[in-house]
Amino acid sequence: MEGSGLIVSSSPHQHTTVSTPIIMSDVILALMPACFAGVWFFRLRALAMMAVCVGSAVITEAALQRLGGKPITVRDYSAAVTGLLLALVLPPDLPLWTGAIGAIFSVAIAKFVFGGLGRNIFNPALIGRAFLLASWPVFMTKWSWPIIQASWIPEFDAVTTATPLVLMKDMGIKAPYANLFFGQVAGCIGETSALAILIGAAYLIYRGHINLRIPLSFIGTVAVLTALFGQDPLFHILAGGLLLGAFFMATDYVTSPVTPKGQIIYGVGCGILVALIRLYGGYPEGTCYAILIMNAATALIERYSIPRKFGEVKRVA
Amino acid sequence: MSFKSEFSKGIIKENPTFRMLLGMCPTLATSLAVFNGIGMGLAATFVLVGSNIMISALRKVTPEKIRIPIFVVVIATFVTTVDLIMAAFVPGLHEVLGIFIPLIVVNCIIFARAEAFAFQHGISDSLADGLGMGLGWTLALCGLSAIRELLGTGTILAFADFGFPGIRVFDQSLAATMVILPPGGFITLGLLIGLLNWVISRKSKKSQNA
Repeated sequence: MEGSGLIVSSSPHQHTTVSTPIIMSDVILALMPACFAGVWFFRLRALAMMAVCVGSAVITEAALQRLGGKPITVRDYSAAVTGLLLALVLPPDLPLWTGAIGAIFSVAIAKFVFGGLGRNIFNPALIGRAFLLASWPVFMTKWSWPIIQASWIPEFDAVTTATPLVLMKDMGIKAPYANLFFGQVAGCIGETSALAILIGAAYLIYRGHINLRIPLSFIGTVAVLTALFGQDPLFHILAGGLLLGAFFMATDYVTSPVTPKGQIIYGVGCGILVALIRLYGGYPEGTCYAILIMNAATALIERYSIPRKFGEVKRVA
Repeated sequence: MSFKSEFSKGIIKENPTFRMLLGMCPTLATSLAVFNGIGMGLAATFVLVGSNIMISALRKVTPEKIRIPIFVVVIATFVTTVDLIMAAFVPGLHEVLGIFIPLIVVNCIIFARAEAFAFQHGISDSLADGLGMGLGWTLALCGLSAIRELLGTGTILAFADFGFPGIRVFDQSLAATMVILPPGGFITLGLLIGLLNWVISRKSKKSQNA
């Protein structure tokens, strides 16, 4: 860790063979079901978007590191993960150049400006999405049907439609659970199929890369709050980007707390924000903003949730 | 220091926006369109030159302890003048810039030059300093607002007072709205400062090696 400004604490140390490339390639593997679901439902558009986002993210990272005279670390796949995650939270009909700008923004502004992997405060993929949503709101809120037609909704428009959360908020139409679970609803490329996301999440948990504290406290809070306010909790869990966000975005090592108690606080905070935005906010969906806001609070949460050391006695006030 | 070097230092070497990071608030708020930037920059330049000359001329009779209130009175005089002139001749621009014209009174570029330069230097040097700093700020505003206007609205050089809608470079729907929002202003400014620092550090490295 020489020259990186990190301080190595005194022993004991634990050695692990798990390195950044292994974790990142496992994340890519875990995202594969969601990618396949995206390509299945939205066809080549989805595939092209993924290729463009991953390509621009990797090229941006390599170019900036070359310009900055830093070692080029595209082989740790972190830029590829950022690009892939960004593609999964974009609507399938988004023009491809917009996706490329989003990926460049993610890597250059949200990651590189802060000092690269491990130093970024906010999740780069979500910053990319937030930037695109603020810049091109018209493109970012145009949704199209997945290729397999759904019969539960009146066919007033053959091409464009709204996401389940918009239909719920504006018209009170509730998408059937089966459609939400398998993914036959309008939405971002990777968020529509709950099943695919859960398969990927199960793999990450099996490999030990994430634990359940953040996702469960996050999803649980949303369920409890939506139930309290008289809405269907299961619908709110399955619809929108909550599952994708809870398992793949909120658990990002760099931008979430490392302390166990802190992870629960962080998850609950995300959940409260999502429920508030969905129920009372101007936007139908709030997962992206909820996670970004809690990212900003991560350092504070960690500071106040440091676990007691073994043998340490509580100081008597 | 000669008149020329006092003038030219404000353009790049001690540019108030890019090198000294002064007056950030009006910089970000008024750099939405090139003509807003030019209008704001020239208004501030007028105030800066006027106040620098006045404060420099009065520096020997100004008691040290109450110099700040005196600066405020001098600066406010010129701000009121420019405010009324703009309201009369370019009402559209005056309305767009709004509160930021009266707020030139508390602009830290003008205060910094009064306190750090004009109060200690002669009239002609203070004139050169005010002119250089003012034009440096105008240039910075122009650069920043050109990028933001182009990327954020798709047009360039729109000027409502002359009935000129601007040159449309690309369609409105393709424009990145965020660039003309406050976060876009901060990011554009940050990138420009970074670019300038990079160019300057490269230049100084080259001259060291040579």
